Amino acid sequence: MEQLVQKLKEEIITALNLSEMNPESIDENAPLFVDGLGLDSIDALELTVLLEKKYGLKIKTSEEGKKVLFSVNSMADFIRENNRG
Amino acid sequence: MKESCIITSYCSVSDNKLILDGKLLFESTTGDFSEFASRLYKHSGISYPKFHKMDNLCKLGFMTTEFLLKNKDVTVRYAGEEIGTILMNSSSSLDTDRNHQKSINSRDDYFPSPSVFVYTLPNVVIGEICIRHKIYGEGNFFIAEKFNPRFMFDYVSQLLDNDLVKCCIAGWVEVNGSNYGSVLYLIEKTGKTESGIANFEPAEIEKIYNGK
Amino acid sequence: MAEKVYITGAGIISSIGFNYMEVLSSLESSLSGIGRLKYIDSVYRDEIPFAEVRASNNELREMARVPRNGIFSRTSLLGIIAAREALINSAIKNISEHRTGLISATTVGGMDRTEMFFKKFIKDKSHGRLRDIITHDNGDSTEKIAAAFDVKDYVTTISTACSSSANSILLGSRLIENGILDRAIVGGTDALTLFTINGFNSLNILDKGGCKPFDDDRNGLTLGEGAAFLVLESENIIKNTGKKVLGTVAGYGNACDAFHQTASSPDGEGAYISMNKAFVKSGLTPDNINYINAHGTGTKNNDLSEGKALERLYGGSVPAVSSTKAFTGHTLGAAGAIEAVFSIMAIEKQCIWPNLNFKKKMNELGFVPATELIRNVPVRNVLSNSFGFGGNNTSLIFSKS
Repeated sequence: MEQLVQKLKEEIITALNLSEMNPESIDENAPLFVDGLGLDSIDALELTVLLEKKYGLKIKTSEEGKKVLFSVNSMADFIRENNRG
Repeated sequence: MKESCIITSYCSVSDNKLILDGKLLFESTTGDFSEFASRLYKHSGISYPKFHKMDNLCKLGFMTTEFLLKNKDVTVRYAGEEIGTILMNSSSSLDTDRNHQKSINSRDDYFPSPSVFVYTLPNVVIGEICIRHKIYGEGNFFIAEKFNPRFMFDYVSQLLDNDLVKCCIAGWVEVNGSNYGSVLYLIEKTGKTESGIANFEPAEIEKIYNGK
Repeated sequence: MAEKVYITGAGIISSIGFNYMEVLSSLESSLSGIGRLKYIDSVYRDEIPFAEVRASNNELREMARVPRNGIFSRTSLLGIIAAREALINSAIKNISEHRTGLISATTVGGMDRTEMFFKKFIKDKSHGRLRDIITHDNGDSTEKIAAAFDVKDYVTTISTACSSSANSILLGSRLIENGILDRAIVGGTDALTLFTINGFNSLNILDKGGCKPFDDDRNGLTLGEGAAFLVLESENIIKNTGKKVLGTVAGYGNACDAFHQTASSPDGEGAYISMNKAFVKSGLTPDNINYINAHGTGTKNNDLSEGKALERLYGGSVPAVSSTKAFTGHTLGAAGAIEAVFSIMAIEKQCIWPNLNFKKKMNELGFVPATELIRNVPVRNVLSNSFGFGGNNTSLIFSKS
C-alpha cells in the first residue's frame, strides 16, 4: 500500500502548507507532532478535516485523534481499516 | 525637554516591488501577490517555514517588517517589551474572510478550514510579527478608509513620549484580492540612534507614503 | 500632568438583558443568558449552546430607534442601543459642547447581513440585494453610531479580536489624559454570525455543555453577542458640572504574547506583562485589587495561561476572581467593554460576581474562582482582562472615585 502513504504525504504537505518539504523528507513512521515538522494544534485540526474531506472519515474523540494522527503510517492504517484504502 | 522622534527607516511593498528607504530592493514582474510573496520570501534568505501557512495579509506585513528590521539590531538595542506595533488598513481581514465564507457556504460540501479561520482577524499580522521578532510591547490595529498620517503620528507619539515604548513599527498593511500595499515605518527617539531618514512628523510621514 | 479619566455613563445590551438595570439584576440573580439559538439559522442550533441577545433584528431596530429606511447591521443596532444608554446616563445635553470622540470596536462588522447576501448570490448571481453588503465594512457600525449621536471630533474603529473594546477604553483614556479630547464614548459591539459560529467550531473550541471557566473539566468557550459603551470625561468637566461619576479608569496596559496566532503561552507571559503595565500606569499594587474579572473563556488553553499569569503575580494569594463569560458567553469584540461595565457594577454594588458552572478546581492552579455572589465586600479597585487572538493582551483597572 505504498501508494496510499505517498498520496497521504502529498495531501499533508498541501493541507498544512509545508511548501519547503517534499514527500521524500517525511518519514512515515516518525511522530508527526514533534519539532521536526513544527506542527501545532491548528495543524492537528486541519488533518482531521483532511481525513473527513478526502476519505469521508470522522475522528470522534481527542484520544482517538492522538492515536490516528501519530504518524503518516497510523493515518494510513486508519484509512485502510475504515475504508479499504 | 521631550526627546524628538525620527523615522529611521521605511519599507513599502506594492506593484510587485519592495522599496527600502527609497531604494528599489526587489522586483518581480510575474504573478499575483501570492507568487510575489513567495519570491520575496526566497529573496530574503530567511528560513521560516510557518510563513507558508500565513494568509496574504500576514505575508505582506511579515515580509515588509522583515526587510524593515534587517541589519538594524532593533531587537538587540531594545527589549521586546520596548517595541510597539501599530498598524492600520481599510479592508480588515476581508481577503481571508472570503475564503472562510466560501468554505462554510454549502451544507453539502462543508469543510471549514481552521487554519483559514485563524487569519480572519487583521491583528493576527501583529501576532505574526511579534512571534517572529519576540516583540511584547503594545500593539493595536485600526480600520480606516485610507491611511491617516496624522492619526498614526498622534498615536505613536503618545507611546514614545510617555515611554510606553522606545521604538515603534507602524504603518499601513492592506490586502484585498489583487489590490495590496504596505508602508511600514520604524520610529525611534533621536537619542537612541545615530541616523535617521526624516523627522517623525505628519508631513514627512505623508511624503514617504506618497513615494516622494 | 496627566488628567484623571472619569466614567460618567455606561450602556449595555447582551444575552442577559437589554439595558444596565436588566443586566445588573441577571448578575445578581445568577441568571445566565446561555441557551439554544433562536434568531440565527445554524446547523448547530440543537447541538451547541450560545448566548444570543433575545431579540430579532426588527425588534432591535425598534429599540435602536433608527430611521425606517436606514440600513443597519445587527452589529450596528446593538452598538447604537448601548451607546445611547451610556450617553443618557452620562447626562450629556450637548455633544458638541466639548471635544468628543467615539472609539468603537468590532471583529465581525456587518457580516450578519453579508452572509444573507452571499447565500443567495452564490446560488444565482442575479440574486441577493446589494444593500445587504453596503454595511459590511468593519468601520460601518462605528460610523452609524457616530452619526446617530452626532460625534464628529474623533471617530475610529479598533479591531484586535477579543481585546478590541478593552483597547477602545485604553485609547479613549489616553486621549483624555493627554488633553486631546475632553470626552470619549468608548466600547464595542459584535453580533453572532454563521461566520464566527462555524469558524470557532472548526477550531474545536466550543463547549457543547456551555463554558465552565477555570473548571478542570472545561472544554471550550460559548459564543455570545452584545455591545457596551462607557462615557469617559475629563476632570475639568466633572469639576465644572459636579456630575455623578461611576468610577475612574485608573490604569491600563497592552502587550503582545508573541507565542502563537491563537493559543496563549503556557506561562501567560503576555497577560503578565499587560497586568503589570496596568499596575504601573495606575500607581496601584496587586494587593490593592479587590476583584479580578478574568478573561476566563473556558478554553483549556486560556484559563491555564491566565491562571498561571495570575499566580506569577500573586503567588498563593490571588484575590477574588471570576469569569462572567458563563453569564454572557464570549462576546468577542464587545467582551472588553461588556466586562468593563460588569467591573463598574461590582464597584457600584460592592460585590463580586460569581463564576457560574464551576465544579472542579484545575489541577495546575492553586486558586479557585468565586462561585457564589459575594455581597457587601469592599470593592475599590477592579482588574479586568481581555486577551485576543494574535496575542493582543489588554488589562484595565477601574477604581471607585
